[in-house]
Amino acid sequence: MPEAKMAGAPAANAVPSAAEVLSVQNLEAWYGESHILHGVNFNVNAGEVVTLLGRNGAGKTTTLKSVMGIIGKRSGSIRFNNSEIVRASSDRIARMGVAFCPEERGIFASLDVRENLLLPPTVKQGGLSMEQIFDLFPNLKERLKSQGTKLSGGEQQMLAIARILRTGANFLMLDEPTEGLAPVIIQQIGETIARLKKQGFTILLVEQNFRFASTVADRFYIVEHGKIIDGFANSELQANMDKLHTYLGV
Amino acid sequence: MQALYAQLLVGLINGSFYALLSLGLAVIFGMLNIINFAHGALYMMGAFCAYFLLSLTGLGYWWALLVAPIIVGIFGMVLERTMLQWLAGLDHLYGLLLTFGLALIIQGVFQNYFGSSGLPYAIPDELKGGMNLGFMYLPIYRGWVVVFSLVVCLSTWFLIEKTRLGAYLRAATENPTLVRAFGINVPRMITLTYGLGVGLAALAGVLSAPINQVRPLMGENVIIVVFAVVVIGGMGSIMGSIITGFALGVIEGLTKYFYPEASNTVVFVLMVLVLLVKPTGLTGRAA
Amino acid sequence: MTALTDDTLPVTPRAMRDEMIVFAIMAVLLAVVPFTDIYPFFVMQALCFALLACAFNLLIGYGGLLSFGHAMFLGTAGYVSGHALKVWGLPPELGIIAGTAASAALAVITGVIAIRRQGIYFAMITLALSQLLYFIYLQVPFTHGEDGIQGIPQGKMLGFIDLSKPTILYYVVLAGFLAGFLLIFRTINSPFGEVLKAIRENEPRAISLGYKTDQYKLLAYILSGTLAGLAGALKVFVAQNASLTDVEVGMSGLIVLMTLVGGLGTIFGPVVGAFIIIAMQQYLAGYGQWVTVIQGVVFVSCVLLFRRGLVGEIAHLLKRSL
Repeated sequence: MPEAKMAGAPAANAVPSAAEVLSVQNLEAWYGESHILHGVNFNVNAGEVVTLLGRNGAGKTTTLKSVMGIIGKRSGSIRFNNSEIVRASSDRIARMGVAFCPEERGIFASLDVRENLLLPPTVKQGGLSMEQIFDLFPNLKERLKSQGTKLSGGEQQMLAIARILRTGANFLMLDEPTEGLAPVIIQQIGETIARLKKQGFTILLVEQNFRFASTVADRFYIVEHGKIIDGFANSELQANMDKLHTYLGV
Repeated sequence: MQALYAQLLVGLINGSFYALLSLGLAVIFGMLNIINFAHGALYMMGAFCAYFLLSLTGLGYWWALLVAPIIVGIFGMVLERTMLQWLAGLDHLYGLLLTFGLALIIQGVFQNYFGSSGLPYAIPDELKGGMNLGFMYLPIYRGWVVVFSLVVCLSTWFLIEKTRLGAYLRAATENPTLVRAFGINVPRMITLTYGLGVGLAALAGVLSAPINQVRPLMGENVIIVVFAVVVIGGMGSIMGSIITGFALGVIEGLTKYFYPEASNTVVFVLMVLVLLVKPTGLTGRAA
Repeated sequence: MTALTDDTLPVTPRAMRDEMIVFAIMAVLLAVVPFTDIYPFFVMQALCFALLACAFNLLIGYGGLLSFGHAMFLGTAGYVSGHALKVWGLPPELGIIAGTAASAALAVITGVIAIRRQGIYFAMITLALSQLLYFIYLQVPFTHGEDGIQGIPQGKMLGFIDLSKPTILYYVVLAGFLAGFLLIFRTINSPFGEVLKAIRENEPRAISLGYKTDQYKLLAYILSGTLAGLAGALKVFVAQNASLTDVEVGMSGLIVLMTLVGGLGTIFGPVVGAFIIIAMQQYLAGYGQWVTVIQGVVFVSCVLLFRRGLVGEIAHLLKRSL
């Protein structure tokens, strides 16, 4: 059943899709007393890579965390594969097939690399096998016995992505995966995301590195002051460069 | 010389209890960030449970070793679900206050029904008697207590540090929100961890029953010493709690031999010294 | 994560006037007690504990440090004053000074050790230190162990104030309480108090502003311990004995309970809490160990349901600072 089209953002995806994986409407969120999101509207279709762009503090991470269910207070509607999850607990959301890779990466210091990798439980069929994972991230194989946090920044990012690929979750949320990484690693991550997309994963990306985002994303949304204020497809990117410069102060 | 070895043995036995109790406290503190003041009372309940199992159902010591920790562990999990859980987002000190109150209630109730005197609990037949080791006479039960405690402590350490289950526990201790976002039911894990810590305390109680008698106040004095052990060892490592527990028991025993007046206070004096030199405790994790 | 005293309202000039009014009411009510039927010894004992709780509250409410060993100040002052009065034959005013000074010294020593840690660790350290002192007092001859120091003389203060007369003793104790209370009040509202509050709310920020936070905390601790000692010294005249009960863990727990019931971080909370708990103890005296159980139930209820305490809830309802 095609969802009713949301108000707010201009129609970035002209085709109403029955394969809508995530639909967010009027999402509001609070961190304690702070009202961070003031009505976010967007959607993600199956097999897409969608990127949330915006300045620091715009509410991009809060949006991801709201979908994941780890923000204390939220209201509005978040539909994942047609199920309403705005009230659900984060473990239930994870078991529905949503995976989250936080900005800080969240590698556990008291676990070695192998334990970090095996920690997230299988939530669905179709997760990558260990061989496939080592295929994507060969250097993890050599570091299995190292303590999690002894890895370099790039390796930790690989590990953070690798461990959610095992679980069978097919909707991945990555929060600033390229932050603080060397250009060579950033390129690797871009290739990884492209390969994952080919394998059928749906990815919601938060990025400040707009150049990187433009190499992987199908669509963009601009987040500002806790709202989505604009959105367009990758094909419309050139036409919207001026707008982008204004929004992002680039 | 006999007296010295005898005192060392007593020290090892006390050390066993310190190790088991501080291990439980450390596990609970790691996961829940609560100092379980009720730990001493739950240790006492373990001993009473063994007593009742014997007097009401005829189940003896060997059954008690298994059943008492389970019963008291379940009781602990109920406490966690109904009360401790509500303190999750609050200052850690509330946990201390709540469990202090629980300790008062548990102890007070038992004191009302059983007074302050001790109930007897016999050493099981298989462990009666002793062996002459040449340099000392070793009562078998006491030897058993030390060995069994060591085995339990090391098994717990292995479970936490080396197994997959332990990995969940360690990860949830570090970052419970993220672990939950992977699909793991962290609240249930927390309840079970509290149960595990409580079970260890109750087990110590069962071990203690034949030696120390079963008294309502038996937990009260032990718990404060265990706090000192925990401050000295630092809450950071499981192995640290175990080693510190045994070591301090032995030191206490030696003090009792060489300078008896100080035996009650030596653990506290050591705590003061450690704090002056290394505030984060010997295996140091910052508060 | 909420801190223990998150509900303490900031003090505005208007709020201070409220507090002064309540203080005046409190002082007047207490002053007329000897003219009523209320048993003066009960009120005197309650006043001593009220001062003790206020001293404890200074540390937790404004310093953010939960001391689980405040009984050591009560007990130490009691033993030293008692000994000074009975064995050395000192006059009351010197006896009080001796006890208070001993507590102050103890506060300095234990403060230097304990301030190194915070939060739960601080609580456990103070608990262990007070237990250490308990075992020392158990064995040291001058305390007479389990019996305690009995029959401490009340004497004549400054040569002519006869403390053996209940009414006179009452006013002396009341004066001591009010003096201690005012000192705490003054401290809270001084620049020193403001820094303490800043430290309690956000210590890293205070440090980055250049404050040596450990020193401030230590000073607050010493002040708290000294005033707790004053309470102990005064109590010696009321009870005429000094015993191990005053140094037990249970006593430290009782102090915490009084403050919790009245309202952590409020100004009048500890006073109200002390009166309630002392009254409860008198009323339930015949019930043996059920008192302990009830105290435990009160503890648990307060932590789960009633965190602001009585005065705290009233202050919250009226939106005033109390």
